[in-house]
Amino acid sequence: MIGGLFIYNHKGEVLISRVYRDDIGRNAVDAFRVNVIHARQQVRSPVTNIARTSFFHVKRSNIWLAAVTKQNVNAAMVFEFLYKMCDVMTAYFGKISEENIKNNFVLIYELLDEILDFGYPQNSETGALKTFITQQGIKGQHQTKEEQSQITSQVTGQIGWRREGIKYRRNELFLDVLESVNLLMSPQGQVLSAHVSGRVVMKSYLSGMPECKFGMNDKIVIDKQGKGGTTDEPGKSELGGSGKQSIAIDDCTFHQCVRLSKFDSERSISFIPPDGEYELMRYRTTKDIILPFRVIPLVREVGRTKLEVKVVIKSNFKPSLLAQKIEVRIPTPLNTSGVQVICMKGKAKYKASENAIVWKIKRMAGMKESQISAEIELLPTNDKKKWARPPISMKFQVPFAPSGLKVRYLKVFESKLNYSDHDVIKWVRYIGRSGIYETRC
Amino acid sequence: MTDSKYFTTTKKGEIFELKAELNSDKKEKKKEAVKKVIASMTVGKDVSALFPDVVNCMQTDNLELKKLVYLYLMNYAKSQPDMAIMAVNTFVKDCEDLNPLIRALAVRTMGCIRVDKITEYLCEPLRKCLKDEDPYVRKTAAVCVAKLHDINAQLVEDQGFLDTLKDLISDSNPMVVANAVAALSEIAESHPNSNLLDLNPQTINKLLTALNECTEWGQIFILDCLASYLPRDDRESQSICERVTPRLSHANSAVVLSAVKVLMKFMEMLPKDLDYYGTLLKKLAPPLVTLLSAEPELQYVALRNINLIVQKRPEILKHEMKVFFVKYNDPIYVKLEKLDIMIRLASQANIAQVLAELKEYATEVDVDFVRKAVRAIGRCAIKVEQSAERCVSTLLDLIQTKVNYVVQEAIVVIKDIFRKYPNKYESVIATLCENLDSLDEPEARAAMIWIVGEYAERIDNADELLESFLEGFHDESTQVQLQLLTAIVKLFLKKPTETQELVQQVLSLATQDSDNPDLRDRGYIYWRLLSTDPVAAKEVVLAEKPLISEETDLIEPTLLEELICHIGTLASVYHKPPSAFVEGSRGVQHKRLPPRAGSPDVGQSGPSEAPPAVIPSQGDLLGDLLNLDLAPPTATVPSVQPSMQMGAMDLLGGGLDSLVCSSPAASHFATNVISGLGDLFDLGGGVGMPTGSYVAPKTVWLLAMKAKGLEISGTFARRGGIIQMDLSLTNKAMSVMTDFAIQFNRNSFGLAPAGPLQVLTPLSPNQTIDVSLPLSTSGPVMKMEPLNNLQVAVKNNIDVFYFSCQYPLSLLFVEDGKMDRQVFLATWKDIPNDNEAQFQIKDIHLNSDVASNKLQGSNIFTIAKRTVEGQDMLYQSVKLTNGIWVLAEMRIQTGNPNYTLSIKCRAPEVCPFVYQCYELVLKN
Repeated sequence: MIGGLFIYNHKGEVLISRVYRDDIGRNAVDAFRVNVIHARQQVRSPVTNIARTSFFHVKRSNIWLAAVTKQNVNAAMVFEFLYKMCDVMTAYFGKISEENIKNNFVLIYELLDEILDFGYPQNSETGALKTFITQQGIKGQHQTKEEQSQITSQVTGQIGWRREGIKYRRNELFLDVLESVNLLMSPQGQVLSAHVSGRVVMKSYLSGMPECKFGMNDKIVIDKQGKGGTTDEPGKSELGGSGKQSIAIDDCTFHQCVRLSKFDSERSISFIPPDGEYELMRYRTTKDIILPFRVIPLVREVGRTKLEVKVVIKSNFKPSLLAQKIEVRIPTPLNTSGVQVICMKGKAKYKASENAIVWKIKRMAGMKESQISAEIELLPTNDKKKWARPPISMKFQVPFAPSGLKVRYLKVFESKLNYSDHDVIKWVRYIGRSGIYETRC
Repeated sequence: MTDSKYFTTTKKGEIFELKAELNSDKKEKKKEAVKKVIASMTVGKDVSALFPDVVNCMQTDNLELKKLVYLYLMNYAKSQPDMAIMAVNTFVKDCEDLNPLIRALAVRTMGCIRVDKITEYLCEPLRKCLKDEDPYVRKTAAVCVAKLHDINAQLVEDQGFLDTLKDLISDSNPMVVANAVAALSEIAESHPNSNLLDLNPQTINKLLTALNECTEWGQIFILDCLASYLPRDDRESQSICERVTPRLSHANSAVVLSAVKVLMKFMEMLPKDLDYYGTLLKKLAPPLVTLLSAEPELQYVALRNINLIVQKRPEILKHEMKVFFVKYNDPIYVKLEKLDIMIRLASQANIAQVLAELKEYATEVDVDFVRKAVRAIGRCAIKVEQSAERCVSTLLDLIQTKVNYVVQEAIVVIKDIFRKYPNKYESVIATLCENLDSLDEPEARAAMIWIVGEYAERIDNADELLESFLEGFHDESTQVQLQLLTAIVKLFLKKPTETQELVQQVLSLATQDSDNPDLRDRGYIYWRLLSTDPVAAKEVVLAEKPLISEETDLIEPTLLEELICHIGTLASVYHKPPSAFVEGSRGVQHKRLPPRAGSPDVGQSGPSEAPPAVIPSQGDLLGDLLNLDLAPPTATVPSVQPSMQMGAMDLLGGGLDSLVCSSPAASHFATNVISGLGDLFDLGGGVGMPTGSYVAPKTVWLLAMKAKGLEISGTFARRGGIIQMDLSLTNKAMSVMTDFAIQFNRNSFGLAPAGPLQVLTPLSPNQTIDVSLPLSTSGPVMKMEPLNNLQVAVKNNIDVFYFSCQYPLSLLFVEDGKMDRQVFLATWKDIPNDNEAQFQIKDIHLNSDVASNKLQGSNIFTIAKRTVEGQDMLYQSVKLTNGIWVLAEMRIQTGNPNYTLSIKCRAPEVCPFVYQCYELVLKN
C-alpha cells in the first residue's frame, strides 16, 4: 500500500510530507526531487522506480503530488487516490497552489490522517469529511452523542455520500448534459475517428433521503420498451434537436451512488444523490455523432518561402441554434516571418509565440459557412527536417448534445417527507463543447 | 489567519524559543508553537529535541492540537522510545473516550508508533476497539491489526487478533468488511502458506454482498482479494463473474481494472463454447476503451495493462484499433504505449488505416516516438504480408526526408524485411547505399553492413563500401565490428577473387589488434574455417537463417500469466513480476491463472507446472543431455522400451521443457535432445501396439518455411478400430504458438477430426509436441484426386495454414471385414471381369502363412487357402468404412519372391490403393 505522500512546490521544496509505512525513509523525499523534479530530461512516465522505491506523481499547476511505495500496490488505485486528494483539497480551500497549501498545512495533515490509514484509502467523500474535519477542531467536543454516531455511521455506512436530515424549502434539481465531441479528420474530409465523451452533472437540492430514477434515450432501453409496447413517455421528441429517437451508448460509468447491479440487470439508473453538485455519470458514444463543424483546409506551398492557406468552416446544425466561442487554430511553420490574413467573419491574428493563426468568431448560426485565407512568408532555412504540419484544431460551444442524448425523466421519490415528484423543480441543460477537434492538413 | 508564516522562521536559537512557547500557559500560544514544530518537521529540520515539551501538550481537549501532537509522536517516537512511554496513558485513556472519533484516533495513532513497549500496552485497547459498538472504530481497529503485525507478527498471533479479524469479514458494516479484507490480505502476503484468508464459497458470498455496498476503495480491496480465490468449478466461476461485471461501470478506474483482473482470471475456467464466455468477452471491451478517456496518468496504467490483455486475449479489442490512435496532445508516455498496442492489433483488416497513422507519426517532433513509429512500420510489413510493399515504399519516402534518426531507424527495420521476404525488395538497396555516410548509430551501421554483406553479389561496389567502414574499425562499437567481420567473410565467400586482401585485413584486425574476446574468437574461427575447409565455411557463414518472428517483444507466456493475475498493480505497469522490485518476503509468491477449462488434468496445465524436483541435479542432467545427444536419434534405436523407462523419459521431457523456457541460452542446446526424445517415445508407443498394424514413419507435411515457422509432420494409424492421425508440431519460429485447431476439407471417405486438436500448452520456440487426433469417417464426402488425398487446415495464433497429405487406404479397413465363403464365391462371380485388376508384388520373401498373418493385422482377412501345383492361392476380403467390399486373390509360388495379386471390387478405382496397402504391409 501507499507508504508515504509528499507535496512539493515547483522548486522541489517539500510542503507536506506524511509517511505511513516504516519502509519509507526520509531520503525518499530527496530521491524524488533529485530524480524527477530536477531531472534534466522531460518526465517519461508518471511512475518512476528509484532504488526499488516506486513514485507515482501527478502535477496540478506548479505543485507536484507524489505517492511513494515499496510494495506491489494497485497502481490505478494510487492515481485515483491522488486525483481524489486534489478534489478534496480543492473542495476545502480552492485552487491547489503553494500559497494555499502552506496556509492550510495543518488541515491537510488532518485530512491525510483521515483518508489514508496505513496507506489504505478510506472514505474520501468531501460531503462526509466536512461533517467532522473542520478548521475549528474543537467542534468534536460539543457534539452530542447522536451527532457523533451519525457522523461515524455516515463515514462508514452504505450511503457515505449523504447525510440525514437535509431540508430545503424549495426542492430543486439541475441536470447538465455536458458533452465534448472529439474528431480527427483527414485532409480529404474522411472521419478518422470521432467520439463523444459526455457527463451528466447534477446539482441536487432535495430534502431527506430522496430516491431518484434517471432515464435517457438509451437505445437498449427504448428498444426494450418498444417491444413491450409500454411507451409511457409521450414527450419523446419534445426537445427536438435532431430527429433521433434513441442513441447507442458504447459504455458508461457511474458515481458510486448509483446501484450498479440494478443497472446491469435492468439498465435502470437509480440512486440516492449526494447533496449539491456531483457527476452522476460519464458516457461515451461513437455512432451517429452530429459533428457541429466541418473544417476544409487547403494548404499550398508556393516555392520554399511561401505558404498559402485557405480554411473553410461549415456549421452543421439547425439554423435556429447558435454556436459560441468559436476558435480555429491554424498552425504555422517555425520559420514564419510574416502573415497576411483575410477573413470574412470574426477576427484573426497571427500569434508568433504560439506558431499559429488564431481565428475567433463570437457567434455562428447553423447551416452557415465562413472562410479565412492567409499568406505565410517563410524565412529560407537549410533545416532538412520537414515541417510536421500539425493539425488544425477547433474550439466551440453549442447548445445541444452532439451525441443526440436526451434526458427523458428524472423522478424523485421521498416516502418519508411529504413532497412528491411534481413538487420538485427540475432544470435540464445541454452543452456541447469541442474536445480534441482536429483536421489534418 | 494563515499558516504559511510557520514555514518562514529560520532564525538561530529557534529551538529555544519554541521550547518556551510550548511550555506557555496560553493555549493559543501552545498551539501556534506546535504548528511551527510540525512545519519545521515537514521541511526536514530535526526538532526531536522538543520531544518532552510537545508530548506535554498532548493532554488537551483541543482536537486539532491533539492531532498535531500525535503527528509529531508518529515521526519521533522511534528515536525517543523511553520518552514515548509518557504518551501511553493518554492513548489508553483516549481509547475509552465517549466520542468514537477520539477512540478511533487513539487506536489509529498508537498503531503507528513503532516502539515495542508501547505496542504491549496497545493490545488491550485494540481488543476492545475491534469489538467496539461503533463501526468507525472497528474499521480503524481492523487496519491497526495489520500495523501491529508489521511491528510484531508473533504478538498478533499470540493475542488471537487474527481470528477476531477473520470474524470482521462477517461484520454488518461494509467498510469494516473491506478494511478487514485489506488487512488480512496484507498479513497473508507475508505468510504465503498460512491459509489465513481461507476463502470458501460462504466467505466469497459475503464479500460479494459487501462489494455492492462499500466505498470505491473498499470495492478495490475486495476485488483484489477475490482475484486470489480459485473457484471450484466453472459454474462457481461463472456466478462470481456475473456478480463482478456490474463493477465495470464504476466511475473509479481502479475498481474497473480490478474487476477486469477478476474476470480475466476466472474466465480461464469457463468452457469456450459457453454462451456466457462470449458475452463476457464482449462486455470487457467497452470499459477498457473508456479507461482511455481518464486522466493521462491513469491512461498510462490502463494502456500498460491493455498491452497485457491484448497479448493474452487478442479477440477482446481486435475491433477497437481506432481508439489507440495517438492524439497530438497526448503526453509522450501515453503516445508510446498506444503505439505499442497499435502494432499488436494490426491485422490485414485494418492495416491501411494503421499505416496511414504511422506515416503521420513519423513526422512528429519527439525523437523516441518517431523512431518507434518507423520501427512500427517495419513490424507491420513483417506481420501482414499483404502490406509489405506499401510499408517498404513508406519507409523509402521517410528515408528521402533525410532526417538522420529516421533514416537510421528505417534501415534497421528494412534489414528485417529483407530477411522475412528474401528476393523481393532488394531493388531498394541502391537507395539505402546512398545514405551510408549519414549513419552514425551502431545499430543502423550494423544493419547496413549486414545488408551489404548479405547481398554482396548484387552490389557492385560491395568491397569498396565495406572497406570504407574498415578504416575506423577500432572506433566502432562491438556490434558493428562483429557484423563487419562477418560481412567481409561473406563477401569473400561470394567473390573470392577480388577480396582476398580485404578479408585478410579484417581477420588480422579482429584477431591481432583487438582486445575484445568475442571478436577475436569469431575472427579465429573464421580464419581456421577458411584455411582448412572453405566448403564448410560456406555452410556455416552462408547458412540458411532462422525465420524472423512476426511478433516482437512478446512477454514470455508464464510471465504473462503471472502479470494477468496482477492487473492494475505496479507489476502490470512495469511488466515485471513483483519479486523483481519488491524487497523481502512480500509479493514473492508467484501467482498463476487457474487451469484452463477442458484441460484433463490440473497438474499439467502449463509448462511451468512440471515440478522442479523431477529435474536431476545440474551435473546429472548435463550428463544425460550429452549421452542422449551422442546416440543418433534415428529410427533404429531399441525396439521395445520398458514402460517404466518411458514414463521417466516423459517426465524428463517435461523438465527439459521448463528448462528451455527459463533459459533461452540453453534452448539451442536442448532442441536436438528434445526432438530426439520425441522420436524415441513415439517409436516405443508404435511398437507397443498389440495389433501390429503397420504405421508409416512420419513425413513432413508442412514446411516451416511455408507456415511462419510451424512445421508439421505426421502419419496415420488404425489402432483398435480407431483411426488416428499422429502429428508432430514443431515451432521453428521465435515466438510462442498457441490456440491450435485443425479442420479437414471434404474428402473421398468422409474423414473428419473426431475431437479438437489437443495442444493444451503453448508451443515454445524450438519445442516439439506430439499429438494424436482421433478421426471419424462421418464427415462430408467429396471425391478427391487422388482418391486418398486429404486437405488439411491448421490454425494457430499466428495464421491458418493449408497442406495436403495422403493416407494409406488400410486406415479404412474395418475389423469385421471377413466375408463368408459362400458370399465370397457369389460376389466374386457377380463382379464383372472388367473390374478386375492385376498387380505384381515384388521381392517378398515370406511364406503364405506369415503373409496372411501380417495382412490380417491390417484387417485384410484370408477366407480360404488353396494349394494348386505348388502355388498357394489366398482368397481375401476387405471391407472399407463406407461399406465397399474388396475381394482379392493372391498367388504365391514357392521360391518366387513375386506375388500376383488380383483385386475385384464394384468400385474399381480403389483397387490401386488397396494394392498399395498390400505392398506396404508386406514389405514392412
